[in-house]
Amino acid sequence: MYLSREEEAICRGDHGPTLQKMMNILVALGEIYGAERLVPVRSAQIAGVSFKNIGDAGLQWISDLDGRVLVPSILNPSGMDLYRWKDMGIAEEFAYKQQAIIDAYRKLGVTIDCTCTPYQLYDSLASRGDHLAWSESSAVSYANSVIGAMTNREGGPSALAAALIGKTPLYGYHLDENRMPTHLVEIDYELIGADYGAVGFLVGEMVKDGVPIFHLQSRPNSDELKALGASMAASGSVALYYVENVTPPAPAGAEPEEKITLDRADIDDVYRNYSGRDADIIALGCPHCSMQELEQLAGLLEGKTVQKELWICTARKIAESCPELVAKIEASGAKVFCDTCMVVSPASERYKKMMVNSGKALIYIPGLCGVRAGFGTMKECIDVALGRN
Amino acid sequence: MEILCHKVASGCASGPALATKEPISFLGNVDPNTGVVVDPAHELFGQCIAGKVLIFPGGKGSTVGSYVIYQLKKRNAAPAAMINLRSEPIVAVGAIISGIPLVDRVPEEIMQIVGGTWIEVDADHGLVRI
Repeated sequence: MYLSREEEAICRGDHGPTLQKMMNILVALGEIYGAERLVPVRSAQIAGVSFKNIGDAGLQWISDLDGRVLVPSILNPSGMDLYRWKDMGIAEEFAYKQQAIIDAYRKLGVTIDCTCTPYQLYDSLASRGDHLAWSESSAVSYANSVIGAMTNREGGPSALAAALIGKTPLYGYHLDENRMPTHLVEIDYELIGADYGAVGFLVGEMVKDGVPIFHLQSRPNSDELKALGASMAASGSVALYYVENVTPPAPAGAEPEEKITLDRADIDDVYRNYSGRDADIIALGCPHCSMQELEQLAGLLEGKTVQKELWICTARKIAESCPELVAKIEASGAKVFCDTCMVVSPASERYKKMMVNSGKALIYIPGLCGVRAGFGTMKECIDVALGRN
Repeated sequence: MEILCHKVASGCASGPALATKEPISFLGNVDPNTGVVVDPAHELFGQCIAGKVLIFPGGKGSTVGSYVIYQLKKRNAAPAAMINLRSEPIVAVGAIISGIPLVDRVPEEIMQIVGGTWIEVDADHGLVRI
């Protein structure tokens, strides 16, 4: 891989051991994937935040680093609400370790926003054509597909390396040749809301790491695109997709070789096979709720009282921007948690069955939390929480 | 005997060989405090990778495996060096952040080496000495 004189100096250790290791990570990845050179990134979104996931090993590594990020950098969700962790039932020792991880990132200059939806918080992190180093699979999918930026799915260390060096190796989704659609997906009836999560659940499994292009009757909004991408990244490893006449278009030239057709019955089967009526907890906000979704939830919950535990997960900045919606939701007995989510927090583990409106959470909850999962629309989830089933 | 290889993580170290034909998921397969392979389904079940030159096709599984390699190193339970047929990002990143020499692109015959044979991995010169 070609390195500039400056990059070579960092590799030699002229700028200290932390940057040397970071540059070595980028070079090693570049060589594994055949990158020609490094390319500057506009922002980084760093995984490896929840103490549940990275443990003492990860905490130790981040704490040992010494440097400052060169580009705007934010974090993945952590294992708890950083302020209301006691309300989540988080043990004190876990909270202490989690806080230590956050402090270590803060020391490196990382902005302490813990979210899988950076694009809902800041416009300045990504625009069409920007190179990025983002980690969280649904954020990567949204950045590549909906924003039209370019990022691979980075691991925690490689995203942090990109943040501290300000560059990433030029391979994979940074190159147009790897952004060509591989599968045409046709759905001939109108999708709405959680249907998009169900579609993603099915399509991800079929296309694996392919690049699907959707031909739809309906016009998805940003929350629906978020749900579609999130579940395809979980059931498969889709990092880029297109929706005709909605997302930025695919590079000209390539025609997808394979075709998939889904109908109403396929999607209804997802709802039927994963009923959530017997859930003891309902958790929404995977990926993190937007303000529009909080508005819908406030509308559904206003003046009512929940009969079951109901969590709404969002980014702190979103919750802080609409305190009146949060108050309406919480007046029902529901809890709005920030900085975390049901997938990465150990707080989920004490329940038996969780109902979600997210194809992504449906896939991850059983394996990562040891909790059974059910699926429904936002409205169905709220009905179950209100004891209306 | 000297074998040419490709440097992934720099350094030079030696130790007794421990080889497996199965990929390793450091998260789950290996105890991060002792270096003992704890997955009963793995070919190396019950063996300790600490201080060995660990020869395996490559990593697999969760990216948290990189941090596990770092923890092994901090507990003095890490391999002295590692040799892969083809390194992937989990093990590559783990080796770099931990300062463990790692090389790849070696001939497949190296997997058949007798356990305990003394091996030196000189990543900086792209050489494995047996």
